[in-house]
Amino acid sequence: MTNNTVPFAIELRDISKRFGAVQANKDICLQVPAGTIHGIIGENGAGKSTLMSIIYGFYEADTGFIEVDGKRVDIRSSQDAIDAGIGMVHQHFMLVENFSVLENVVLGTEGGALLKGGLTAARVELQRLAKEYSLDIDVDAIVEELPVGLQQRVEILKALYRGARILILDEPTGVLTPQEADHLFRILKSLKEQGVTVLLITHKLREIMASTDNISVMRQGEMVAHRETQHTNTEELAELMVGKKVRLTVNKDDAQPSDVFLSAKNLTQFDGQGVKRLKEVSLELRAGEILGIAGVSGNGQSELLNVLSGITPMSEGEIQFAGQTITAKAPKDAAQMRDLKMAHVPEDRHKMGLVTGFEAYEAAVLGYHNSASYNGKILMDHTAMLEECKVRMADWDVRPPNPHLKTANFSGGNQQKIVIAREVEQNPDVLLIGQPTRGVDIGAIENIHEQIVKLRDSGKAILLVSVELDEIMALSDRIIVMFDGAVVGELDAKDADERTLGLMMANAYNKEEQGVSA
Amino acid sequence: MSEAKVPAWVNIALIPFLNILLAFIVSGLVILAIGENPIEAAGYLVYGAFGYDEGIGYTLYYATNLIFTGLAVSVAFKGGLFNIGGEGQAYIGGLGVGLVCLALDHTMPLYIIAPLAIIGAAVFGAAWAYIPAYLQARRGSHIVITTIMFNFIASSLMVYLIVNWLKEDGRMAPNSRTFEENAWLPYLHELLSPLGIDIGDSPLNLAFIIALICCVFVWGLIWHTRWGYQLRTLGTNPTAARYAGIDTAKVTIWAMLISGGLAGFVGINEIMGVNHNLLLNFTAGYGFAGIAVSLMGRNHPIGIVLAAILFGALYQGGAELAFEIPTITPEIVVVIQGLVILFSGALEHMFKDRIEGFFIRRAVA
Repeated sequence: MTNNTVPFAIELRDISKRFGAVQANKDICLQVPAGTIHGIIGENGAGKSTLMSIIYGFYEADTGFIEVDGKRVDIRSSQDAIDAGIGMVHQHFMLVENFSVLENVVLGTEGGALLKGGLTAARVELQRLAKEYSLDIDVDAIVEELPVGLQQRVEILKALYRGARILILDEPTGVLTPQEADHLFRILKSLKEQGVTVLLITHKLREIMASTDNISVMRQGEMVAHRETQHTNTEELAELMVGKKVRLTVNKDDAQPSDVFLSAKNLTQFDGQGVKRLKEVSLELRAGEILGIAGVSGNGQSELLNVLSGITPMSEGEIQFAGQTITAKAPKDAAQMRDLKMAHVPEDRHKMGLVTGFEAYEAAVLGYHNSASYNGKILMDHTAMLEECKVRMADWDVRPPNPHLKTANFSGGNQQKIVIAREVEQNPDVLLIGQPTRGVDIGAIENIHEQIVKLRDSGKAILLVSVELDEIMALSDRIIVMFDGAVVGELDAKDADERTLGLMMANAYNKEEQGVSA
Repeated sequence: MSEAKVPAWVNIALIPFLNILLAFIVSGLVILAIGENPIEAAGYLVYGAFGYDEGIGYTLYYATNLIFTGLAVSVAFKGGLFNIGGEGQAYIGGLGVGLVCLALDHTMPLYIIAPLAIIGAAVFGAAWAYIPAYLQARRGSHIVITTIMFNFIASSLMVYLIVNWLKEDGRMAPNSRTFEENAWLPYLHELLSPLGIDIGDSPLNLAFIIALICCVFVWGLIWHTRWGYQLRTLGTNPTAARYAGIDTAKVTIWAMLISGGLAGFVGINEIMGVNHNLLLNFTAGYGFAGIAVSLMGRNHPIGIVLAAILFGALYQGGAELAFEIPTITPEIVVVIQGLVILFSGALEHMFKDRIEGFFIRRAVA
């Protein structure tokens, strides 16, 4: 990083933050020169948002401190942050929707019991700011009637109005159209020319390459690299984000794929806000093979798993599975998909795969609680559930082997074993498995990988979603790469290497091959 | 993780005890402020509630209503639903009981009327809960708002029905005619005296036994049936419930139907057991007190029985207290009841974090 005598606009020293067992931030150091646009990238859950919340005073760091303009500041609340000249534009806007732009901007700085004086002064100031930074906006418009891009502009104005010289934007383009995003980057450039320092948080590589001066990469709560934008490329950044792990080896023979067990055509899904999360995804899953889905997390893999398993209904497209045709008009829910012998190990065991308040033996039947083997005529057969749980805990080496222990009190790896055992032991035809070894220790990883291969060798079809490239390459027979909700590439696992996959994950593969810089 | 280190008795016994203790200390200050002796007052309160057979009978009679409404709140709560509408569901449940009794008391014996009245209470209470449940499950209206509103609607509906349709001809009082005696649920003292057991005259009736049966029913339902499993999954982790393929809308609706039905059983105790006619305002706030009972009882049937008896004791002992010390008016007794509800229900978490923190630190050290 540049070594000059001018103090940095903001400097972080050894910031650490822990939530219970999770180390969200570990010894984070960051130096942002004044008047630059600084990008911070990392996958979902890398600790970016926690770090920004610490800077903005939502959380207090366990250790470490923050310097602004070379002076140490103590930020305990967002008011402290504002006083230090830090402004934040949140991913989800913090606006009062039925207030006007003007009212939103003065919110919190009304000054005095009566609004009139403050509003008049604010109107003048706001018009000056809008002119200075070319942020045109009708100050009397009602916020909810504005398009999203303009609402974001209100957030930026709000921060500037409070005297922000350092502006933090958290995933600012997530809700914007490409045109709105372009406009935003033009605004950021003009802010920079006026001397404002911008911190841009995102997991989108392309836009960070296009708009920043410097880039810092976070991975699993740590700051793993700092780069000058002009001296790096998307490929390197993708690799830094995902990280190189200890090389995994899985002993497996060549796949013997046979019948197509599941085929999906043009699967499309819109979320509640009407954003297209899954874009015309087509794939075929054959008996006796492991199909790996690679991609930087947040590029539609979760949506794909949820649509295939029946948790969220598809918007368009068609799934052929077990002799059934499933469409948006003729959907099947998660229970029906299970009945057709599809098992699903979800990516997030806490949020989805387990009920952490339940005792282990109860969590071990989730989704299969209607099965005859767990039920008597009226009551559930707790004895049978307990017996089976004990056997599985022994088979899968779950520790401690106590079926009455609350699920929350098992370690991550053991929780994962409970989930995988539950799904695999049902002997499904198709297994969807998301992040099978996230937060699982090395010994357990081997065990889990062995079980997945064993299931494949017995002629079942497996769809594996993982953000760990090594895991994808070690386990898969065939690999599909997803980017921004769409399938951008497919290749045989034998032809896959990290470089190719990394480029595909950044959607830069073909362009580079054609000699166009990313 | 913290739960693992806090001994179970802290949550089950120590914290509720401290909450009640604090409620009584503050109540004591109130009594001091009006110039009476709090120790003496506490003595009358405890004696009134538990000191003699009739007092115990009254305490359990009040507790009966609170068990029903407490169970009602807890079943919904296990599914993550906050049913504030117990009052209205109990009121309409009473209508069901009253209609069955009024229709059949001239022709049918008790052993036919009683089961039909029980069904009437459950069906009417459940029906009243169904509309908010449907709106929540299928239309996204918030159940807290709709159930509160349905309390008001129930209240107005009952006034209209009783005054315009069910009132006894030629009388001014806004209630129905008194049922024939074969539609009266037997008092426990009548049932027990042939066996040579004397428990003193009180309104305690067969509904108390029904309440205890309901406790067993709810316990089995929630912890030992598939449906209860689905309900608890939905209540603790709705995402996992969708993952497991649980029809969350259907479970939500059924949870409210059962909740409403249980609340409706208040009508069995009040209409068929004690008043023997259909009258206004017999629910007297039991539906709301049920929320505090359920909270204090940790949404578990055993806890609910204990909490209901505590609240029943406050009702009965409070009445005795107001009678013995005239300067302590019934309004002051209501204040004391309110303080217990405030400290045990609303302020449940006031000590919780600190006490748990203390035990966690001790466990770590």
